[in-house]
Amino acid sequence: MKLIEAIIKPFKLDEVKDALNEIGIEGITVSEVKGYGRQKGHTELYRGAEYVVDFIPKVKIEIAVADELVAKAVATIEETAKTGRIGDGKIFILPLEEAVRIRTGEKGDEAI
Amino acid sequence: MIRDIKKVKDAARMTAEVSTASSRLTVHFTRLLLLACLLVLPMAVNAEEKGAEPASVAAASALAAPDAPAAEAAVEAAVELAPEAAAVPEEPQKVDPVLNTGDTAWMLVCAALVLFMVPGLALFYGGMVRQKNVLSTMMHSFVAMGIVGVQWAVLGYSLAFGSDLGLGMVGDFSKVMLKGLISFEDGVPVYALFQNVGTNPSAVPEYVFAMFQGMFAIITVALISGALAERIKFSAYCLFVLLWTTLVYDPLAHWVWMGEGWLFKMGALDFAGGAVVHLSSGISSLVVLYFLGKRHGFPTERMAPHSLPLTLLGVGVLWFGWFGFNAGSAIAGANTPDAAGGLAALAFTTTTIAPAAAGLTWMFAEWIHAGKPSALGFGSGVVAGLVVITPAAGFVQPGAAIIMGIIGGLACYMGIMLKAKLKYDDSLDAFGVHGIGGTVGALLTGVFATVGATGLLSGNGGQFVTQVIAVVAVAAYAVVVTLVIAFILDKTIGLRVEKDDEIRGLDQTQHSESAYN
Repeated sequence: MKLIEAIIKPFKLDEVKDALNEIGIEGITVSEVKGYGRQKGHTELYRGAEYVVDFIPKVKIEIAVADELVAKAVATIEETAKTGRIGDGKIFILPLEEAVRIRTGEKGDEAI
Repeated sequence: MIRDIKKVKDAARMTAEVSTASSRLTVHFTRLLLLACLLVLPMAVNAEEKGAEPASVAAASALAAPDAPAAEAAVEAAVELAPEAAAVPEEPQKVDPVLNTGDTAWMLVCAALVLFMVPGLALFYGGMVRQKNVLSTMMHSFVAMGIVGVQWAVLGYSLAFGSDLGLGMVGDFSKVMLKGLISFEDGVPVYALFQNVGTNPSAVPEYVFAMFQGMFAIITVALISGALAERIKFSAYCLFVLLWTTLVYDPLAHWVWMGEGWLFKMGALDFAGGAVVHLSSGISSLVVLYFLGKRHGFPTERMAPHSLPLTLLGVGVLWFGWFGFNAGSAIAGANTPDAAGGLAALAFTTTTIAPAAAGLTWMFAEWIHAGKPSALGFGSGVVAGLVVITPAAGFVQPGAAIIMGIIGGLACYMGIMLKAKLKYDDSLDAFGVHGIGGTVGALLTGVFATVGATGLLSGNGGQFVTQVIAVVAVAAYAVVVTLVIAFILDKTIGLRVEKDDEIRGLDQTQHSESAYN
């Protein structure tokens, strides 16, 4: 099992979610996050007062997947979240030791 | 002239076509051309008006005796008050006031419109502060409705519009608690009437006039709060509102709007309060700032507006309410018996035109100067235009209103850019918009006035000098008295919250609330 964390552009969320659904990923966790990479921030100007906005809003998706689905899931996210422009985001893949479905007590691949 | 404009427009169109193919330089050029059009157009308009003007000026001046009948002079309780409290200079056929129901209905609405500007201002200011201070900032406007609402009835109206105490400086105590506005004859209530022109019976209940004027007192002091936002102690602010309205606003209103006021007698023009309202509040905010100091973290920390939609909604509400403010002020227009008549219509018109021109001017200025036309910029420009046209609303024609809007928009834009350079912390630009806009408006009134008065452009240089005297006098008085008030408050209860409280935000520390839950 692996945990896939993807940081993507907020407006791509629906597209990514639908694509993941289609390849059989049944649950995702989404959070609104802020950060910067090589893209850095932008400046805003209010009545002559200039502020640099360092942290740009992004969406973080977390999905737990069985080993055989990892490559497909990563490829799907990569494909759908891509605009080709700076700031498209990153995908991280982490080892996942255990998963438990709280309602039934199922464990491992059964639980995700 | 019109042909010239067409040429300019054709040129602009051609340039626009070329620019689609070429570089940014051309885009900038097009923008400049747009601005040029904006500048040329009103001049043309004004030139057109000139042809028709002499006749109307002549008509106006035929009516306008040197010292227009005192606005307040003819207020009489229909019952037993002495018929002439303050006699009108020329009184061929002075007539008793008769209630005009149309005017009364209109003025009731106007008073409510002016009050509605206060929540408009609360939105305008509230959107521009950080999330942790939005309630405290809105409370600054709202609590003014409470404090001045009571103060005006108890004392304020009498100080501003009571009989003169001497030298045209301040009213007496004859109208404390709005005394004399109602009386009883055999148990039947009789309402005192406010009659603007002694020779015309048209009048409204003095209650309506008093409340209309009271709303002005409320909004004026609330304007100052924009400079003090995000760091003033609420208790100190409340005391400031009471003291400033009593010691600064009430006397100034007496000077300029009361028939016996010294600036009124001198012939200073201030239709709806460029000097009394905007200049006085704008310059006073600078004085309080001197004692209050900068916000913690200014100017390095990010202090961007937390909700510009609130601010823009506020601009809309302010503009809407401003129609009551300016058009309603026709109630005291020189030689104007009808509050809801032609003069109100003129003021309504200029109050539409000038802010529109000023909003565009600010937008284009920012577009050219800073690269993007911002929403806050357009909104600020509209408010600047409203401020600038306030003293002139019933004295100028539409062409002049456009020019005043453009000059006012540019002046306030430059004022705010200067502030950004000088780094003094007028949080929401109370001085930049109201101080500068009020001054520019008061002075330009002396340049462009053609209706019921004449200005510099109509060959009356004296009027401009009078306007300068009024601006200097109002500013000097406001500065000195505000200096004393702020000094005393600072040394006694302290103007400013503790640093920790400021960092946590005034909503929590002053009011134990938060705006968004």
